[in-house]
Amino acid sequence: MLIGHQPKPFLLSVEALTVSFDGFKAVNDLSFYVEENEIRVIIGPNGAGKTTVLDLICGKTKATAGSIQFRGQELTKLKENEIVQAGVGRKFQTPSVFEDLTVFENLEISYPRGRSVFGSLAFQRDAAVKERVEEVAEMIFLKDRLDVYAALLSHGQKQWLEIGMLLIQNPDLLMLDEPVAGMSVSERAKTAELLNRIIKDRSVLVIEHDMKFVEDIAHKVTVLHQGQILSEGTMEKVKTDPKVIEVYLGH
Amino acid sequence: MNDNRFANRSELIGILVLAAFLVVILPLCLDVFRLNLVAKYLTYAFVALGLVICWGYGGILSLGQGVFFGLGGYCMAMFLKLEASSVENTKIQSTPGIPDFMDWNQITSLPFFWKPFHSLTFTIAAVILVPGIFALIIGAAMFKRRVGGTYFAIITQAVAAILTILIVGQQGYTGGINGMTDLRTLKGWDIRPDHAKIVLYFFEVGCLFVCIFIAYFIRRSKLGRILVAMRDQEDRVRFSGYSVANFKIFAFCVAAVFAAIGGAMFALQVGFMSPSFVGIVPSIEMVIYTAVGGRLSILGAVYGTMLVNFAKTSLSESFPELWLFGLGGLFIAVVLAFPNGLAGIWQDYVQPRIDRLIASRKPKSGAGWTDNSVADGAPAE
Repeated sequence: MLIGHQPKPFLLSVEALTVSFDGFKAVNDLSFYVEENEIRVIIGPNGAGKTTVLDLICGKTKATAGSIQFRGQELTKLKENEIVQAGVGRKFQTPSVFEDLTVFENLEISYPRGRSVFGSLAFQRDAAVKERVEEVAEMIFLKDRLDVYAALLSHGQKQWLEIGMLLIQNPDLLMLDEPVAGMSVSERAKTAELLNRIIKDRSVLVIEHDMKFVEDIAHKVTVLHQGQILSEGTMEKVKTDPKVIEVYLGH
Repeated sequence: MNDNRFANRSELIGILVLAAFLVVILPLCLDVFRLNLVAKYLTYAFVALGLVICWGYGGILSLGQGVFFGLGGYCMAMFLKLEASSVENTKIQSTPGIPDFMDWNQITSLPFFWKPFHSLTFTIAAVILVPGIFALIIGAAMFKRRVGGTYFAIITQAVAAILTILIVGQQGYTGGINGMTDLRTLKGWDIRPDHAKIVLYFFEVGCLFVCIFIAYFIRRSKLGRILVAMRDQEDRVRFSGYSVANFKIFAFCVAAVFAAIGGAMFALQVGFMSPSFVGIVPSIEMVIYTAVGGRLSILGAVYGTMLVNFAKTSLSESFPELWLFGLGGLFIAVVLAFPNGLAGIWQDYVQPRIDRLIASRKPKSGAGWTDNSVADGAPAE
């Protein structure tokens, strides 16, 4: 393939990405590109390989073949924590927060300083850390809950906390897996407001089923089906694509 | 917010109570024989302390802490044995100047790895470094490959079995099943008489408090919170930019070094070292001390160790066959009924009453958000 020879203005270039689990190709020869400050939504039916794509980018799953370039760095060769340090943040589908720690401590752990063993031993909770934690806590509607243990938060609040933990990392690429799933109507509205605020000045890759929400935020939509791209483009274009209607939107 | 990097106020009170108990009350109340027994118990408290960090906070259950206790103990015992095996003391042997068990096994010169143990400085370094580096190797081999949980526990247990077999099998180099006995002097200072036992007791308590402060420092640092975070959400820690394996290796190494210091103290206090403190059974007993004290409590580990060992001494004197069943039953009871051990009981039942008592006397300010969930109340004796 000669794609590698063209100049790349893209933040993220996924090329010929393939992963197979015991012969089953969950992602099959997938290529797509995300620009700086672009908001890309991945949609598709269950089992299309959406979450696997995020797993591959953040290093949770190792690719069988293909490349993932992020700011000129080859992510498939890096370890998970190195990918985070390169500037990729990932939110999981089920809220994963540290339940035995307070909201403050949860956010503090995600603060990008003192990430080595001895760095974390020497880490001081100084004014800059506190200020940043409070700033993010206000953004995620948890300012008055800083000393509450994360285990005591509601499902929606845990989702917000995890988004906050990503925010404090200040990643260049933010990956969100179904950020509004399982939320109440009012929580959903607040989350949309939150996401609209935090997606500024960074690229975002979102998996979401809520079409109303997708329409609100997406610059570009990628439709996955059986590990391959079925359609790609603006929401308008994708919505009218007969293939997409057949396998996904028509349901 | 309490800015002390080691401990907050209630923890500080707990440390002071323990210090008063170990430094003042016990030496005043007990005769030298009993005090030496307590000193022996406290050597295991080092191991339990390490397990609080490794198992309690980090969630890494090691069933092979006896390995590190043994390595530390053997390093110390080798130095003491060499000193006890001067040419003068061993002139009846066919090769004078080497430890007696070597002579019995037809070894005619000191093996190369024994030679540096003539130096006390080297020995002290070895007590820390040999188990530390060994733990580093095991930890790196396991955690970098993401081996954890039960598998890790089984492997540590296998290591304990292997080391025991190795020590027993290499009789000429290690003293075999009898271990290294007849340790006499430390740099010419006789460690056997009563006054030496008392000096060693206070030295040991001093070392224990150094380790306690290190444990508090680790717990109150961000590293301590990362360990707790890792216990439940390993992936989230990984995707927050941390190398989970390195943190696990660190916790495991700290536990190993603490255990080794305990082992070295044991060799000094008890005057011998044998493979019966290395294997699977002592390793599991050490986990039980920690569980009984409360695996999340630094001070609880010390009380738990003393209490279980006290029970062991008194019960095994009267009912030697029943003791092991008792120990097993105790472990099951603690895990089922009081998962946080003595410290949990203290925190849930005793501490609130004391707090209420204090609160009824003076108005109390609200707790700051830095207060940690992991309780470190000192359980009552």
